Amino acid sequence: MITSAAGTRSIVVERYLAHPAQKVWRALTEGDLVAQWLMPGDFRAVVGHRFTLRAPAVPNWNGVTEGEVLEVVPCGRLVYRWHTTGAAGDELSTLVTWTLQPVEEGVVLRMEQSGFRPQDEPNFRGATQGWPRFLARLEQVIASFPPEATEGR
Amino acid sequence: MRYGSGQVIPPTEVLRSLADPTRRGLFEHLMREGEQNVRALTERAGISQAAVSKHLGVLKGAGLVHGRPQGRMVHYAADPQGLAPLIDWIELYGAFWRERFDRLEGLLDRMDP
Repeated sequence: MITSAAGTRSIVVERYLAHPAQKVWRALTEGDLVAQWLMPGDFRAVVGHRFTLRAPAVPNWNGVTEGEVLEVVPCGRLVYRWHTTGAAGDELSTLVTWTLQPVEEGVVLRMEQSGFRPQDEPNFRGATQGWPRFLARLEQVIASFPPEATEGR
Repeated sequence: MRYGSGQVIPPTEVLRSLADPTRRGLFEHLMREGEQNVRALTERAGISQAAVSKHLGVLKGAGLVHGRPQGRMVHYAADPQGLAPLIDWIELYGAFWRERFDRLEGLLDRMDP
């Protein structure tokens, strides 16, 4: 977990992959390949393209993620908005940034999901009741995980 | 994990304390209006003072409010920091992505070069 100067939080996952950057890029950007590891949907790596990904529905969440492609640098960088809406109309809007760094015999792939703003205090103080919705959304996220993801915490 | 108060409170306990709509209403009210005493909270909540006190006790146990005695009255205030354990739950999204990375790696192994 990284906390930025603005107080928003990010999740970073980074991994070395023993595959050429070109191939990793294809898996990240070609719709039918994306469907096989992320979620099925109409993803296309075109700036401005709006897409919808669908995971199996879980209680309180229809499993739908909506996104918009913001940046495409072939074999280098891919950025999209990541937006989910729960049954109660609660929304979570973040940014997902993929970065490929070619290294010897492969590539280091980095994913950063940024912009979680649960503790933006002005939001709490305002009339918006954003945070209970955030909680509701969190519950849905948890519910969509395999059980082992929540163990040992 | 430690927060301002030095207490370690599991996120489930924070969630449980906020799951009750009346209790959540009390917490939101304190968030918006600042410090209040039990009588003022009772007048607004439309439930008995005993029930309000009990709810405040639960919120206090979850680290979401704290009380400040003044004479015979106790003034309660919300503690936004009490939400911190929930924020750390975001990490669970990390588990989601790690699982997706595993699947991506499996796919790359299956793909033609």
